[in-house]
Amino acid sequence: MTVVNEPSPHPATEAPAEPLLDVRDLHVEFRLRDGVSQAVNGVSYAVRAGETLAVLGESGSGKSVTAQAIMGILDSPPGYVTAGQVRFQGRDLLTLGREERRKVRGAQMAMIFQDALSALNPVVSVGAQLGEMFEVHRGLSRKAARQRAIELMDRVRIPAAAQRVGDYPHQFSGGMRQRIMIAMAMALEPALIIADEPTTALDVTVQAQVMELLAELRRELDMGLILITHDLGVVADVADTIAVMYAGRIVENAPVHDLYRAPAHPYTRGLLDSIPRLDQKGQELYAIKGLPPNLMHIPPGCPFHPRCPRARDVCRVDRPPLYEVTDPGSVADAGGVGGGGRTSACHFWEETLDDE
Amino acid sequence: MTSEPILEVRDLVKHYPLTQGIVIKRQIGAVKAVDGVSFDLAPGETLGIVGESGCGKSTVAKLLVHLERPTRGRIFYRGEDISRLSGRALKAVRRNIQMVFQDPYTSLNPRMTVGDIIGEPYDIHPEVAPKGERRRKVQELLDVVGLNPEYINRYPHQFSGGQRQRIGIARGLALRPEIIVADEPVSALDVSVQAQVVNLLEKLQAEFDLSYVFIAHDLSVVRHISDRVAVMYLGRLVEVGTETEIYDHPTHPYTQALLSAVPVPNPEAREHRTRILLTGEVPSPANPPSGCRFRTRCWKARERCALEVPLLAVPAEFRDLPGPVAHDSACHFAEERDVVPSAGPTRPAGADGAGVRGESGDSGEVPGPQPPEPGAGSGEAPPEWGAGA
Repeated sequence: MTVVNEPSPHPATEAPAEPLLDVRDLHVEFRLRDGVSQAVNGVSYAVRAGETLAVLGESGSGKSVTAQAIMGILDSPPGYVTAGQVRFQGRDLLTLGREERRKVRGAQMAMIFQDALSALNPVVSVGAQLGEMFEVHRGLSRKAARQRAIELMDRVRIPAAAQRVGDYPHQFSGGMRQRIMIAMAMALEPALIIADEPTTALDVTVQAQVMELLAELRRELDMGLILITHDLGVVADVADTIAVMYAGRIVENAPVHDLYRAPAHPYTRGLLDSIPRLDQKGQELYAIKGLPPNLMHIPPGCPFHPRCPRARDVCRVDRPPLYEVTDPGSVADAGGVGGGGRTSACHFWEETLDDE
Repeated sequence: MTSEPILEVRDLVKHYPLTQGIVIKRQIGAVKAVDGVSFDLAPGETLGIVGESGCGKSTVAKLLVHLERPTRGRIFYRGEDISRLSGRALKAVRRNIQMVFQDPYTSLNPRMTVGDIIGEPYDIHPEVAPKGERRRKVQELLDVVGLNPEYINRYPHQFSGGQRQRIGIARGLALRPEIIVADEPVSALDVSVQAQVVNLLEKLQAEFDLSYVFIAHDLSVVRHISDRVAVMYLGRLVEVGTETEIYDHPTHPYTQALLSAVPVPNPEAREHRTRILLTGEVPSPANPPSGCRFRTRCWKARERCALEVPLLAVPAEFRDLPGPVAHDSACHFAEERDVVPSAGPTRPAGADGAGVRGESGDSGEVPGPQPPEPGAGSGEAPPEWGAGA
């Protein structure tokens, strides 16, 4: 595997204030019996307070592994962070000790998992699980913690919270369980919430309720939110900025309106074109050919080149850095002079952008 | 409908008994998974069935392929009632109605090779392929679904999710059926792979003249693939019509709520879309509400809804109207409402899987952008909009 230095996508001029979370050049690998899987290969992104960053990617793109590394809940072994920084509120989390990290986790950053049924303990009542946050981090008594648990359940609009506080996870429906997960994540009013596919297992009507609740709480508490998902529809509804991941790398970074209007990476364009539409019946769907790469054998050059309709010789050899994108049609970057925060890891981003 | 339906379903009912006691079991009730479903399927047609989890759509699929026996009701295949068949007669009919399952990871036996999995239907129906020809037939099928015929001796774990779903489809095709019942065939797949499998299903339909019953919860995929769509809620169909009738002119409040909740990949839509947020949860199918089953979550519900079961028929007020509003809708207070937000400008669809982009931007049917409705979208219950007839 060749090592290519990628320029940092965060020039010093960009941020007026220090972002809440600043991930820089993060590398994660899994050392498995049959080889080393390069799950994350130099991911950088930043989230400011009150901002929603959507991390978009297919399974195996490294989006969840990045989140686990940020939270410090990566299974190790086999997973190892081999390089990079996770700067949170001015400190590099990766240099902190176990005990210090544990204090950050839950209190200052929290995570919402996809599958609430397996993320909750099935033999402990939800009230006790919610209350545990206050007992451990705030030193409250069991009784006081239970009271806070009821308040939390009220806040995420679980009906008859006082009666249901002693119920077990299996006694709740999928949507209600996901509300409990949200309640648990926001219990200590953290500055950052990472939601890993929070609504993937839910029906559309319930999904709409849960996303609405999440957006409302985020506004109320002015939290930063990282939303990890593969659903381009959900992203369009809630995100401020989007980072598209492929084979452990960010291939495109853009404000939400710009990305959907004019994607600057062929992979993003392919994804947008391959979803069927609700408002009209289409002809044949555009399909990205081939399969995502095996992370033990990531193709040289641009990792997307075997599937890319635009691939040329240079793509097979040179790994594209994250180019800064100047987009004349951009909303955030009026006039297209650059500095709008758009980047694309494609040698031919200009053509991709212009292609209509 | 111009041609004779290939499949007619009439008042199909499936109740699962709820029992109490261990030694002496007493029936104390029933989960009414499917409770009076009727529809037709025309040859070469795709009927999409949509609904949320627990609405009974998968049970309908199992009843159609005879994995479950109906409690009541009839299924006619080419005019013949197949719901009470058994033995040899049933076996003959089953050849023509095959199924593709949702989960490509659990629906393939991990200890069988791909060749054995796809060839297994020939063991049950040896008249389709004599022993010596099976290997060649299986390789042909692999080729048809876009897999390398040399993979015949590999095992399922050596394939990705999308490839496994292709294997499941090949197995469904092995007996050259006329009808394929596909239960959530693409919902376990990634976006880019999902498009490949949807395209494959459409290609196969044209090639083998198949009729599909396509069951899914993803409303965009269903619109893409279906000619007609049936919306299901708590064991009953609430609205049935062509794809345009359902998506562009929905008249049942549940369909409207469902469509308005779908996230659309267009950030421009988020400011001016009306989202109908339903309150509460789907009631238990063991104890469904009286009258209209949707009334407990419906913002239009009145006394009549609790007393009278609305029939699935063209509502009286639309009966004489020409055009797409006049389609079956089981609501006493049916009203048309445009709820599907525009997904932005039409992107040209690609011509094939090789990454070539065609220049076929057809936007003939896009409904114009609707003016935003004041007040709606953030509240719990949307406001009343006209009381109907």
